[in-house]
Amino acid sequence: MTDTMTRLTRLAATAVCALAASAAGAQTAVKFGVLNDRSGVYADITGEGSVVATRLAVEDFKAAEKGLKVEVVSADHQNKPDIGSNIARTWFDQDGVDAILDVPTSSVGLAVSGIAKEKNRVFLNSGSGTSDLTGRSCSPNTISWTYDTWALGNGTGAAMTKRGGNTWFFVTADYAFGTALERDATEAIKKAGGTVAGSVRHPFPGQDFSSFMLQAQASKAKVVGFANAGGDTINSIKQASEFGLVQGGQSLAGLLIFVTDIKSLGLQTAQGLVLTEPFYWDRDEASRAFARRFAERMGGKMPSAVHAGVYSSAIHYMKAVAELKDTKDGAAVVAKMKAMPTDDPIFGKGAVRQDGRKLHDMYLFEVKKPAESKGEWDLYKTLATIPAAEAWRPMAEGGCPLVPKT
Amino acid sequence: MADAAVATSGAAIGPPVIEGTGAAGFHRAIFAGLVVLLLVAPFLLYPVFLMKVLCFALFAAAFNLLLGYGGLLSFGHAAYFGMASYISAYSAKVLGFPPELAILAGTAMGAALGLLFGALAIRRQGIYFAMITLALSQMVYFFSLQAKFTGGEDGIQAVPRGTLFGILNLAIDINLYYVVAAIFLIGLYAMYRIIHSPFGQVMKAIRDNEPRAISLGYRVNQYKLALFVMSTTLAGLAGATKAIVFQLASLTDVHWSMSGEPVLMTLVGGLGTVFGPLIGAAVIVSMQNYLATLGAWVLVVQGIIFVTCVLVFREGLLGFVAKTIRRPL
Repeated sequence: MTDTMTRLTRLAATAVCALAASAAGAQTAVKFGVLNDRSGVYADITGEGSVVATRLAVEDFKAAEKGLKVEVVSADHQNKPDIGSNIARTWFDQDGVDAILDVPTSSVGLAVSGIAKEKNRVFLNSGSGTSDLTGRSCSPNTISWTYDTWALGNGTGAAMTKRGGNTWFFVTADYAFGTALERDATEAIKKAGGTVAGSVRHPFPGQDFSSFMLQAQASKAKVVGFANAGGDTINSIKQASEFGLVQGGQSLAGLLIFVTDIKSLGLQTAQGLVLTEPFYWDRDEASRAFARRFAERMGGKMPSAVHAGVYSSAIHYMKAVAELKDTKDGAAVVAKMKAMPTDDPIFGKGAVRQDGRKLHDMYLFEVKKPAESKGEWDLYKTLATIPAAEAWRPMAEGGCPLVPKT
Repeated sequence: MADAAVATSGAAIGPPVIEGTGAAGFHRAIFAGLVVLLLVAPFLLYPVFLMKVLCFALFAAAFNLLLGYGGLLSFGHAAYFGMASYISAYSAKVLGFPPELAILAGTAMGAALGLLFGALAIRRQGIYFAMITLALSQMVYFFSLQAKFTGGEDGIQAVPRGTLFGILNLAIDINLYYVVAAIFLIGLYAMYRIIHSPFGQVMKAIRDNEPRAISLGYRVNQYKLALFVMSTTLAGLAGATKAIVFQLASLTDVHWSMSGEPVLMTLVGGLGTVFGPLIGAAVIVSMQNYLATLGAWVLVVQGIIFVTCVLVFREGLLGFVAKTIRRPL
């Protein structure tokens, strides 16, 4: 009698366990960690907006209906790699974060990519622009979603040259990043049949660009390209405007500049600047719909390309997890993401390449004149579409060890 | 003129605490308590966070050795910390050094750079000394920005942690933690011995009244240089260890704002106390990590705490305790 009872109890216990397991299995827990700059120079293009974009992605994906229980956490890495890597480790080790999103600043992005690989989780990069993440530092756990410096330099260089801006003069920040940007753009210009009349290196960070502007004017090049970033780009565009380079018939091209920079520079100063971005809120109906919802929660601010990239990468990640029903093996999730074609309202149809590069079209924009602008955020007009096939560095040139040598 | 210089360099230093006879035993007890605390800490807190606290505590302690006991305010300690972390990361990653040699190489870099910069900087006093150290450290920053081996703004990433002496696998956090804790204790104990040695006494005399020390026949510049090099060596040790812990070395480590961190930590913890920098580092690093979710508010909170500390605890948290219990800490 007691034996039967024990057996029955065991049976019941097993059944309960099995039921509990299946109940748990029906809901896959996903935890996103949005790690970016919330207080410094990149707070506008990343920051809280990326958290909002992630939440919008979770809503749009209808995660709960698809068996995902999604949680979003965020933190400020203050653009310091040691703080960023400490947060990433804590998130992976202690807080059960499955995927880290965004992460501007190349040094922090590279550090997080290394940790994601070590802990076998996922890093969906949107904020850092280093093309090394899909080159020699590529990882089976990392996807670079939105942009990289190669695509920006190459896109602006090639597209401008094809549109007739075939002689260039570069104002370049004198350190590895600036010279790399200039080199990539130069290659694209030459390939498109243009020439580089000259270039000048300015100290980093720079305040006074007047002598460089005079040299740029004297070069008589049709296009003056700024191979610098952040405050340097803003300062050089301001001073170019003071020296009247655009009025003198030259075009300005920013090789790394975002919509939020243009917004803070103002149209009066930035008018006529040509730049490459993967996203502009006012481009089509879908992007406007996304921007409206984003702006409602961000006090009227429009989303940057990085925000759009965070949104799109979160959607694709959830798609892969909804099929796998498991997040534990980060490399497997990324492999699944590479196997599935991407499709979302913002970037449309695309794919993720073997080296972790997400492929989508890029656009060449020109900053409007104040008279052409109809609203506070009406900043760009589209000059050209750079198709995905031409926009990104060919996989073979990146030197990513994940790519089989042919 | 000389008096004015002494007045400025002495202004930042609190009143000298008179050492009681029981101080040595008291300090031994604190060290013992610290060892126990460090042994159990990883079971209560996240080891990587603790390692960061320890690295910064050692860095702040090295800075405190120079300012608190030598009266020399260096605004360029990031140079030694950062260069040591570059050398340590480079030798571990590219040259394939085991971690112990990588850390030693970094520390040696801190010492060499300290000797070079110190020899130039100690010729001036007070604010001029601080400005020279700042200028030299900015040179190091721009060197690091341009040099090939530092990887520019990407830094040196994915540094292998390796195995200590070929046996202990440092990829496991807890192993590395105990190694870092040992390095920290050795560094702190070395500083404690330096402070309480005859050399340390002379340094304190120079700090309090340099012309008098000269009149007593001490070659103050040699003493100052020696203390400067000791401080930069220990700062180098901290930087080199940090590179192994975080597996990276970047421009952040040589940036001038990094020179401000030990100043902040030392002032919050207690200038001129042996254990104060540890408290200061724990407070500042905890804020940076645990308040990271507050976003932009981290810096505001940090500022408020700093202002409160300066207003309420003029001698820093531990300096306040030391004054209350009337014992040097």
